[in-house]
Amino acid sequence: MSELDRGRPERFFSDRFNVTPALMEQLLGDNLARRVDDADIYLEYRVNEELVLEENVVKKASRHVSQGAGVRAQAGPRTGYAHTDDISIENLTEAARQARAIADRAGQSGALAVGGRGRPHDLYTLAEPPIVTELARKLDLLRKVDAACRASDPRVKQVIVTLASEDVVMLIATASGWAVGDVRPLTRLNVTAIAESDGKREIGAFGGGGRVAFDFFLEAERWRRFASEAARQAVLKLSAVDAPAGTMTVVLAPGWPGILLHEAIGHGLEGDFNRKGTSAFSGRLGQKVASELVTVVDDGTIANRRGSLNVDDEGTPTGRTVLIENGVLRGYLQDRLNARLMGMAPTGNGRRESFAHPPLPRMTNTFMLAGQDDPADILRSVQRGLYAVSFGGGQVDITSGKFVFSASEAYLIENGAVTRPVKGATLIGNGPDALTRVSRVGRDLALDEGIGTCGKDGQSVPVGVGLPTIRLDEMTVGGTAV
Amino acid sequence: MSEVDTGLLVSVLRRAAERGATAADGFLIEETSFSASVRLGQVDTVTHSREQRLSLRVFAGRASAAASTSDLSKASLERVVDEAAALARATAEDPHAGLPGSEALIDRVPDLGLSDHEAPELTPEEKIEIARRAEAAALAVDPRITNSEGAEYFDRRARYAYATSHGFARGYATSSFGITVSPVAAQNGEMQRDSWYTTARRRAALEAPEAVGRTAAERALRRLGARKVKTTEVPIIFDPDTAASLIRSIAGAASGPSLYRRASFLLERLGSRVAAAAVNLVDDGLIEAGLGSRPFDGEGLATRRTAIVEDGVLRSYLLDTYSARKLGLASTHHATRDGAGVGVGTTNLMLLPGSTSPRDLIASVKSGLYVTELIGFGVNGVTGDYSRGAAGLWIDNGELAYPVEEVTVAGNLLEMFDRIDGIGNDLVLRERTSAPTLKIARMVVAGN
Repeated sequence: MSELDRGRPERFFSDRFNVTPALMEQLLGDNLARRVDDADIYLEYRVNEELVLEENVVKKASRHVSQGAGVRAQAGPRTGYAHTDDISIENLTEAARQARAIADRAGQSGALAVGGRGRPHDLYTLAEPPIVTELARKLDLLRKVDAACRASDPRVKQVIVTLASEDVVMLIATASGWAVGDVRPLTRLNVTAIAESDGKREIGAFGGGGRVAFDFFLEAERWRRFASEAARQAVLKLSAVDAPAGTMTVVLAPGWPGILLHEAIGHGLEGDFNRKGTSAFSGRLGQKVASELVTVVDDGTIANRRGSLNVDDEGTPTGRTVLIENGVLRGYLQDRLNARLMGMAPTGNGRRESFAHPPLPRMTNTFMLAGQDDPADILRSVQRGLYAVSFGGGQVDITSGKFVFSASEAYLIENGAVTRPVKGATLIGNGPDALTRVSRVGRDLALDEGIGTCGKDGQSVPVGVGLPTIRLDEMTVGGTAV
Repeated sequence: MSEVDTGLLVSVLRRAAERGATAADGFLIEETSFSASVRLGQVDTVTHSREQRLSLRVFAGRASAAASTSDLSKASLERVVDEAAALARATAEDPHAGLPGSEALIDRVPDLGLSDHEAPELTPEEKIEIARRAEAAALAVDPRITNSEGAEYFDRRARYAYATSHGFARGYATSSFGITVSPVAAQNGEMQRDSWYTTARRRAALEAPEAVGRTAAERALRRLGARKVKTTEVPIIFDPDTAASLIRSIAGAASGPSLYRRASFLLERLGSRVAAAAVNLVDDGLIEAGLGSRPFDGEGLATRRTAIVEDGVLRSYLLDTYSARKLGLASTHHATRDGAGVGVGTTNLMLLPGSTSPRDLIASVKSGLYVTELIGFGVNGVTGDYSRGAAGLWIDNGELAYPVEEVTVAGNLLEMFDRIDGIGNDLVLRERTSAPTLKIARMVVAGN
C-alpha cells in the first residue's frame, strides 16, 4: 500500500501531518513540563482490513483508517487526558490545554517521572506486512480454507473464514525529552465451522496469527490445520455429553489454556490495582501464592508474537517480568504512572487500545515455564477428572480474586484415560489460591496460536498466553450433570 | 451541537457513483465526550475527546464492500471511496446484497427526545464534583467501606447522519449522561467490590449521585462473608441486571446473521413455543428519551416496536435488509452501523413485567440462589448451553440468608426460558436492555 510509508514513524508523522518530535517536545515544554510530574503526546495512524468469507462468498470486505493524537498530563495520581482524531498543531495545543487543566488544579507532587528510555526491540520487521499483501492472494486463501474445512467432514454445513490484518504506526514524545516510534503489523486468520447431524448443531472455531507476514498462514499449510481443527471441534461436540458439576481434578492441555494464568493471576498483578490496594494480591510480594512447581513470566519481547511490542504505548521497551518464581510472588506489571507512584521501575506494560485511551498496565505474553513431567503421565495420574484442551473466554473479579474461564473442548478423564467429550463447562476458582492447587507441571510448554484479545476498562489489546500440561487438584467445574 | 450536516455524505456518495458504484450508502458519526473519575476524594483521570467517523458501503451490482475513516479531509475521503470501490470489484456477487427499496425509507424523522437541550453546560470542576459526591456517599455508608475503585461522571453528545445513493439524507442528535461508583468493602482480610450506576439521555433524569453511591456501597457490603455452597439443583432468581443478560442472549439468537449462518438455537422456531407462556419480549425503538431509541435504523428504515416473544411464542426475528432477504423475510428495521458495515442490533429490549413483587418471588423459594452478578462467557449461541460464574445471596426459607461466591449456574437457555415460573413487577428501563426480577424453577449450581 503506497499511502503508508513504511519508514520511520517520525518521518511518517512529519510528512503527513507536519508534526515532528521537536514540535511535540516544544508543545510539552510550553504547556506542561514545569507544571506536572509527567506528560506525553501519542500519535497513531492505523489501517485495518477485514475479509469475511461465508457460504463460499466473500461476505464482507472492509478497510478502515483511523488516526489521532492523545495528550496526557499527570500530577501525583491524577491524569488529564485529551484526544482528537484531527492531528494538527492547533488541536494538539488545545488537547494539551485540556489535559493540563487537571494538573493546574492539583499542583505538582514532586519527583519528575523517569522516562521510558532504552533501546526499542526489533521483533517484527517484515519485508511485506500483511496489510499490503495483494487482495487476490488473501481471497484465494479464504476459499481454500473454506473448501478444506468442508472437505474434512460431511457434517460441516457452514464455514465462516475471517482474515483480519492491521498496521499501526505510533510515535510518542514524553516530557523528559524522549521520543520513540514503532510500526506494528498484526494479522489473524480465524475459522468457524457449524456441524449438523440428526437435528443437532454445534460450533467449532480455530485460528491464529501474530505480528507476521501473510505467508505465515502458508507455512507447512498452517491454514489447513486451522480449517480441520475447526471442523474437528464442531463435529466432536455433536457427541459431547453433559459436563460434570462439582469439585474435581482438572488437567489443562498446553498452549491456549494458559488463559488460566491471565485470569487467575495476571490481572491481579497489574500495577494499578496493587497501587490502589484493590487487588486480591495487594501487598503480597514475596509471599507464596502458588505451588513451588509454578514459575510464571510476562514477556513482551518474543519475536512475531501477537502480544509482543518493541516499545509499549508509553515508549518504554518491553521486557520479561517474572511474576511468580517457584511459587513466590515476585513482580507486578507496571506502566509509568503506577511505577512512579509505587517507587518501582516501569516494566514496559503500559498499553492502550488506541490514541483515544490513556495507557493502563496490561499483560503482553503471559506463560508458565515448563516442568519435568511427561504429559501422558499427568493424565494417567487422574482417577476421575476433566481434561480441558481449549477455551472460549475468561473473566476475573480483581478484588475478590474470583475468576472463570469456559472450556470449548474438554473430556472426562476416567481411570487415567481420556474418554468422552463433554459440553462447554466453566471452570471457576480463586486467583490467590488456584495455583497452589498445581500438583504436576509438564515439560511441554506451548504458546497459543495467536488469537487472544484482552479487555480492561473498555480497552481491548492483543495478548498471548502459554502453558505446559498441568494438573490442578480440586477445581470447581460448572456443568449440569450433578 | 448544531444541526446535522448531511452534505459531506452526499458528496462522498456522488464520488462513489463516479467511481462506478451502482449504489452506496454512508453513515457519519461525530461525537464529543467528557469523563471525570475521582478516587478516594481525589481527581483520578479526566478525559476530553472528540471523534468522528465516516463509514461507507458501496455496491458494484450485487457485490459490495465497506470502508471507513476518521480522517475527513478531502484526500482521505477520496481514498476511502476508491478503496471501497476497488474492494467491491474484488468480492463476489451475492444475490441478496443491496440497499432496501427507497419506498421503505423514513420520510420524517420523529423527535424522540434523544438530545438534552436543557441541561446547563457544567464546568469540568462541577462535573468532577458530581463524581466526588457519589463516591463520598458510598464511603460514608459504613466503616467497612475502606477503599474504592473510584467514581466516574461522563457525558457524551453525538450526531448521526445517514444518506443513500437513492437520495435519502437524514440525521439526528443524541446525548447521554452517567454516574458510576465502585466501592470496596473489607472485613477480616476479605475484600469485595461492587458497583452501581445511573445513565440517561437527559442529565436531569440521572439518579442523585448520593443515591448511586449508597446503593453501590450496600451492594459491596452485602457480599462480605461470601462462601461457596455445595453442588446442587435449585430454583434460581436473577436480579434485574442479570436477568437482562439472559434477554440479550435470546436477542442474539434471534438476530438475522446468527440465523442464516444456522448458528442459533432459535433456528426454525418462528411461530413455536420457546419460553414459558408468561414471557413477553419486546424491542421498542420509539420510547421517549430511551437509551436504545433511534428514529431510524442503520439503513434508513423507520424504527418501531417489535414483539419478539409473545406469550412464550417466538413471533419475530431481528433482521436487517440482507439477513431478511437471505431468510425470505422482510427487514424488521434492526440494522446497525459500525465501521465494518451493517449489522443487526436491538433498540430498547425488554422483558415485560409480571405481577409478582421481587420479595414474593424470593419468598416462594425454600432453598435457592439469588444471582446478582454473572461473569465469564459460557453461553453457546448455537445450542443454548449455558454455564457462567455467579455471585449472589443464598435463599433460605424464603429469605436472603448469606452471600455466595465462586459458584457457577448452568443449564440450557431454551430449558431455562421454559422453566421461568415467576416474573417480577419491577421492570425499570435502566439500560438499553432491561428485565424485571426473574425466577427459573431449577438450574444446577456447582460449588463444593
